[in-house]
Amino acid sequence: MDRIPILKMGHFLLVTIQVDMYDRLALNLENDLINAVQAHESKGVLIDISAVSIVDSFMGRIIGNIATMSKIMDAQTVVVGMQPAVAITLVELGLPLAGVYTALNVEKGMELLQQKITEEAEFDIGEAEEDDDQPE
Amino acid sequence: MANKTSEVLSKRKNDVLEAWIKNQIQDPTLREDLMSNDELHTQSDELLNSFIQAVRSGNYSDISTQEYYPVIEILNSLSITRAYAGFTPRETAVYVLSLKKAIVQVLQDELKADQNTLIEEIIRISDLLDSLSLVTLEAFIKGREEVILRQTSEINEISTPVIRVWEGILALPIIGTLDSERTQIIMENLLQEIVNTGSSIAILDISGVPTVDTLVAQHLIKTVNATRLMGAECIISGIRPEIAQTIVHLGIDLTGVQTKSSMASALRSAFTKQQMVVTKAKAKQ
Repeated sequence: MDRIPILKMGHFLLVTIQVDMYDRLALNLENDLINAVQAHESKGVLIDISAVSIVDSFMGRIIGNIATMSKIMDAQTVVVGMQPAVAITLVELGLPLAGVYTALNVEKGMELLQQKITEEAEFDIGEAEEDDDQPE
Repeated sequence: MANKTSEVLSKRKNDVLEAWIKNQIQDPTLREDLMSNDELHTQSDELLNSFIQAVRSGNYSDISTQEYYPVIEILNSLSITRAYAGFTPRETAVYVLSLKKAIVQVLQDELKADQNTLIEEIIRISDLLDSLSLVTLEAFIKGREEVILRQTSEINEISTPVIRVWEGILALPIIGTLDSERTQIIMENLLQEIVNTGSSIAILDISGVPTVDTLVAQHLIKTVNATRLMGAECIISGIRPEIAQTIVHLGIDLTGVQTKSSMASALRSAFTKQQMVVTKAKAKQ
């Protein structure tokens, strides 16, 4: 059975979708990806869909689902390289993928993820310091 | 007897042509400014020739047959040229209908002796010419529609320029009302340009949009969302006070959409996002 490879890069997971998706494949990806996030304790997921030229409402929902699921598991999702036609289709379908970060290409997506992770880390440190302050 | 008209027409072609031209020239709606008499003469002669050729087959009722192809072709090109030249539908219709008058005159003259045949032939010929004049009108309207379509596409082309104002910053001034078709074109152009230039900020300037109603706002939000999906940010600029009022009164939700009052402030915020600073050059000593 076809599977979409999930690559681990440090704290991040990298998924490049090189084929046109069908429902079964999308469901498998959702499953595999969530398991991989847990297995590697990843902080971010980067999905490259630059080669995807067709999406339907189901695919749109799966992408949204993956993002929400990863967020619950404390990993940020960035979708990169969406084709103009795909973007228009998703908007027309009423699926603006709220809560999903987007970037123009993998490079910019990586930058964005790094930035999000650093922000989060700073926020955590800030909170920890605040906690320290409180007893005084 | 069956093809009396054809015989008469072949015999007295010149009389018919003369009467026809006379009818046309006498018509008060003749546009001498748009077409010279010589031109009219050649055109009418050509049409009459192919008409007589077609009538010779004895088919008076069905103009979709092969005999009438040349006639219809001439009529089509004639009415399309007339539509481009600015003739009115009436003038174009009169052109064909005055041929009927000319033919009837000649037939009357020829068949004076045989009233029954005369009536029969007149009815047949006028039915035929009626359907031909309908063809002419249809072609005329088609010609007009082509003109309108061409203009619409031209307007669409010139009205959606995507400008690269800086490295990574695109601007798109929208002028005129936004309908769904234009939004589609604007969106496609903008998204394609984002891909081509790798820009991360797009400024949508709506100072040229006369009114913003719920539909226009929805189109704007769609464009903003599509840009976001591509991984770029979209700023809407040029919001005039009246437009801000309308938006609030209509209860349109623009949260999540960055808005600026002027192009300049949008550009400034775009620079800030790109971590760029614009400063005055130091004065020369």
